[in-house]
Amino acid sequence: MDLFEYQARDLFAKHGVPVLAGEVIDTPEAAREVTERLGGRSVVKAQVKVGGRGKAGGVKLADSPDDAVEKSRQILGMDIKGHTVHKVMIAETAPEIAEEYYVSYLLDRTNRTFLAMASVEGGMDIEEVAATKPEALAKVPVDANEGVTKEKAQEIVAQAKFPAEVADKVADVLVTLWQTFIKEDALLVEVNPLAKVASGDVLALDGKVSLDANAEFRQPEHAALEDKAAANPLEAAAKAKGLNYVKLDGQVGIIGNGAGLVMSTLDVVAYAGEKHGGVKPANFLDIGGGASAEVMANGLEIILGDPDVKSVFVNVFGGITACDEVANGIVQALELLKSKGENVTKPLVVRLDGNNAELGRKILSDANHPLVQRVDTMDGAADKAAELAAAK
Amino acid sequence: MAIFLNKDSKVIVQGMTGATGMKHTKLMLGDGTNIVGGVNPRKAGTSVDFDGTEVPVFGSVKEAMEKTGANVSVLFVPPAFAKAAVVEAIDAEIPLAVVITEGIAVHDSAAFWAYAKAKGNKTRIIGPNCPGLITPGQSNAGIIPGDITKPGRIGLVSKSGTLTYQMMYELRDIGFSSAVGIGGDPVIGTTHIDALKAFQDDPDTDLIVMIGEIGGDAEERAADFIKEHVTKPVVGYVAGFTAPEGKTMGHAGAIVSGSSGTAQAKKEALEAAGVKVGKTPSETALLAREILAG
Repeated sequence: MDLFEYQARDLFAKHGVPVLAGEVIDTPEAAREVTERLGGRSVVKAQVKVGGRGKAGGVKLADSPDDAVEKSRQILGMDIKGHTVHKVMIAETAPEIAEEYYVSYLLDRTNRTFLAMASVEGGMDIEEVAATKPEALAKVPVDANEGVTKEKAQEIVAQAKFPAEVADKVADVLVTLWQTFIKEDALLVEVNPLAKVASGDVLALDGKVSLDANAEFRQPEHAALEDKAAANPLEAAAKAKGLNYVKLDGQVGIIGNGAGLVMSTLDVVAYAGEKHGGVKPANFLDIGGGASAEVMANGLEIILGDPDVKSVFVNVFGGITACDEVANGIVQALELLKSKGENVTKPLVVRLDGNNAELGRKILSDANHPLVQRVDTMDGAADKAAELAAAK
Repeated sequence: MAIFLNKDSKVIVQGMTGATGMKHTKLMLGDGTNIVGGVNPRKAGTSVDFDGTEVPVFGSVKEAMEKTGANVSVLFVPPAFAKAAVVEAIDAEIPLAVVITEGIAVHDSAAFWAYAKAKGNKTRIIGPNCPGLITPGQSNAGIIPGDITKPGRIGLVSKSGTLTYQMMYELRDIGFSSAVGIGGDPVIGTTHIDALKAFQDDPDTDLIVMIGEIGGDAEERAADFIKEHVTKPVVGYVAGFTAPEGKTMGHAGAIVSGSSGTAQAKKEALEAAGVKVGKTPSETALLAREILAG
């Protein structure tokens, strides 16, 4: 889960990373009072989860509380690279900035370790620094069990060649930023820029944090950080039912078991769609192993509730899951939806293979539901589902 | 021969007495796996009856190894306790730990991987978030259905469980030497490269099927390895061509970030290394058949 800047800032502050004061608001009027409290001037910063908001006009200096209201009015509702601004952060104005640095921790998947990255050339897009001046970006592996002590932080500072007068302060930031990284179960913590100001202090002026959803069991506070307003309503409904669902922009609804098989199903449907007017998969939905009739019903309900969906492809390989249970699940799900008063009219193509496939196919044949068609190969079923979606 | 697991493997199950552990221990026994014990400190000294097979429960991995000579552990421990359980397996220096558990926090898997490395990698870790591995007709360590296929001469390595099953099913008449599900998490123990190397060295494997998916650069690195070190034919499949950027597709590791981790890049890298890559699982199976038919 990627966080907004203000949420990242709150986590930084919680773990001792030096940040400026600021508050997040969602109406222009609220900017007045916050700016007054900050001494009459402020920076109005759009809260969007995308880079380049400064260039897009999403960060503006306000000279007075009235000006802050006006600037907030300009920025709230603005579209930045497809992201609508619903919130702005009213931040303390930074003291005069002397230099801008970059520091981050992230997972290095390739080497299966954590990585510290640091550069004295901060403030701009770090991917650009990495591409154009790789020597200016120090990359230092961090052992997950040893972590970043003051000594390790000094090693990172030395490798990135920070000036001597800020070395100790940057090392302190690296230690507190590491605490943020591990204590919050983050996948990424990034400060850019880390500014050296006129007084000689260093401050985190902007940052990014991405959190690990798998750590929710020990991070109960993280649920509140989720941006529920931005979530697709179908995705939100699926999440509430514990389903692993991603909305896509096509017309063939997909239900399958196992992440890899479902990903593969999307591809196979997209290939088949090329022959049928370019229809595409409408979603990713993994109902997992051993899915009950109820889970199948929940999944079908979400997918049939998507107005973009014209046909549905249920693709199940019975591993441990038995196909007869899946077939019963489909039949019961359709009955369940009918009993709820839902008028199901979209055709379903079902492919069952593996454990008890024959039994499962027989159950579907016996049920003889007018909307359900059986096709026994994955490629053939994808083709049928695409054809039906194109015909609608 | 097979890789990592064979008829002589002595398997223990960490988390055997939980519901998932019970269910799959029974299935593994049914596939002929030599399960010599379970581990649960609170139930040490008891035993569990699986349709007439008494499996003793030990207090620790170390004790189980000392008393039974176990050399493989399969873990069904819930995410919150998985790190401690893997660390225990590493401390006991069991040669192979198969971590089935799904949903382990990355900080935990990074920590046990770093720990295994610091201890000299005496324990091979497979997973986490994987279906385990099977050597058909000999032993099954994990949750791969034992009845999909039969012993044969194809080696399979895959990030995905269900695609492993699908591919084993497509090629069930030919059969497999071993099939290894390495898992779809960002940090995993055994990689495509480790399995490719083992299959290359395995006299009972004639052809290797490699299944990848979006996220990370493991497939690209495997392609480099194949180019340099693998002389056996390799057939590949990559899932996730239609996955949009920035959305996690089920597996925690399956995400396209910017231009990295795309299925297209992986396919191109594999093809450049001489790997025949199928567009669908069925086409991939067909490519394998063609090669084996000469």
